[in-house]
Amino acid sequence: MNKATISFEEALFEYCLRLGDTSLIMGQRLSEWCGHAPYLEEDIAISNFALDYIGQARIILSYAGKVEDKGRNEDSLAYLRDALQFRNLLMAEQPNGDFGTTVMKQYLIGVYNFHLYSLLQKSKDSEIAAFAAKSLKEVAYHVRHSGDWVSRLGDGTDESKKRIQDAIEDLWYFVDDMFQIDDVETMLLSNGVAADLNEVKKLWTATVTDKFKTVSLTIPEVNNAMRLDSRKGNHTEHLGYILAEMQVLPRSYPDAKW
Amino acid sequence: MSNTQFKLWEVFTQKKSGAPHEHAGSVRAADAEMALLNARDVYTRRNEAINLWVVPSEFIVASSPEDSGAFFDPANDKIYRNPNFYKTPDGIKMIS
Repeated sequence: MNKATISFEEALFEYCLRLGDTSLIMGQRLSEWCGHAPYLEEDIAISNFALDYIGQARIILSYAGKVEDKGRNEDSLAYLRDALQFRNLLMAEQPNGDFGTTVMKQYLIGVYNFHLYSLLQKSKDSEIAAFAAKSLKEVAYHVRHSGDWVSRLGDGTDESKKRIQDAIEDLWYFVDDMFQIDDVETMLLSNGVAADLNEVKKLWTATVTDKFKTVSLTIPEVNNAMRLDSRKGNHTEHLGYILAEMQVLPRSYPDAKW
Repeated sequence: MSNTQFKLWEVFTQKKSGAPHEHAGSVRAADAEMALLNARDVYTRRNEAINLWVVPSEFIVASSPEDSGAFFDPANDKIYRNPNFYKTPDGIKMIS
């Protein structure tokens, strides 16, 4: 995609997909924990977070449909696109793994969303600004809850410490992808619609680094092995399986109502 | 016998400003912060509260069932302790 061929509306549509798809895939992934969490209270908490994320996805994908203006709504965007057309962050689609991995993923993406939405509250696009302001309260709680667990596991037993550190090592390959800037980001930033990902990165790095320091967790060196390009639809193999499960019903029974 | 459960906390929710905190149920949690978060997640999902208390269940002192006769039965026949025992004179309006 280059500057000459993309209109403002196309860029805005892309941008909404990036926001909405990350929420949608996070929500779908977290919902896999329903009935499987380590104890009842956490089971309910994780299901709450899944619903928060799906609520966020609904708002912004509905808006994406309006921006695109080709008759697609939140449902057709969620259920009738294939992996190559999804724009969620690579980290979001990674498997839940053990509880430590789920917690770490929720924390890293929670902090990302927190800083991103904080900036997006001032977006010149009023729909995006309203979405960000509403979602920020949910995200602030996600960060508190998952951050609490990061501290507990990091400060806990040898076993919990090893697992939460392993989670960081596994997830770190997908960090640079969160901050990749392309023509869409650049165009919308210059229009005051998008948030500056360089700024988000600065804030995110500060928050995460401080947190890790307090519980002696370390950031791994994976510079040359970073996976990138979720914004071009280049996903890891996991996304296809998520979509297969998420989309099977609406694709098997088009326009089903229940 | 090993007990791998977190300890028990009682949860009290306040529905609106000025209203009393009412017992909502209990949660398991390792400490106060976790108890507060768990209480939030379990008992306030449907707009039930604007404020929360959590108290370790072990700090609740309860009366025992054997005491119920001595504690509560004497109140049964003291009808004059209820306001509706007294007749309201005609013409009085601002009484609640």
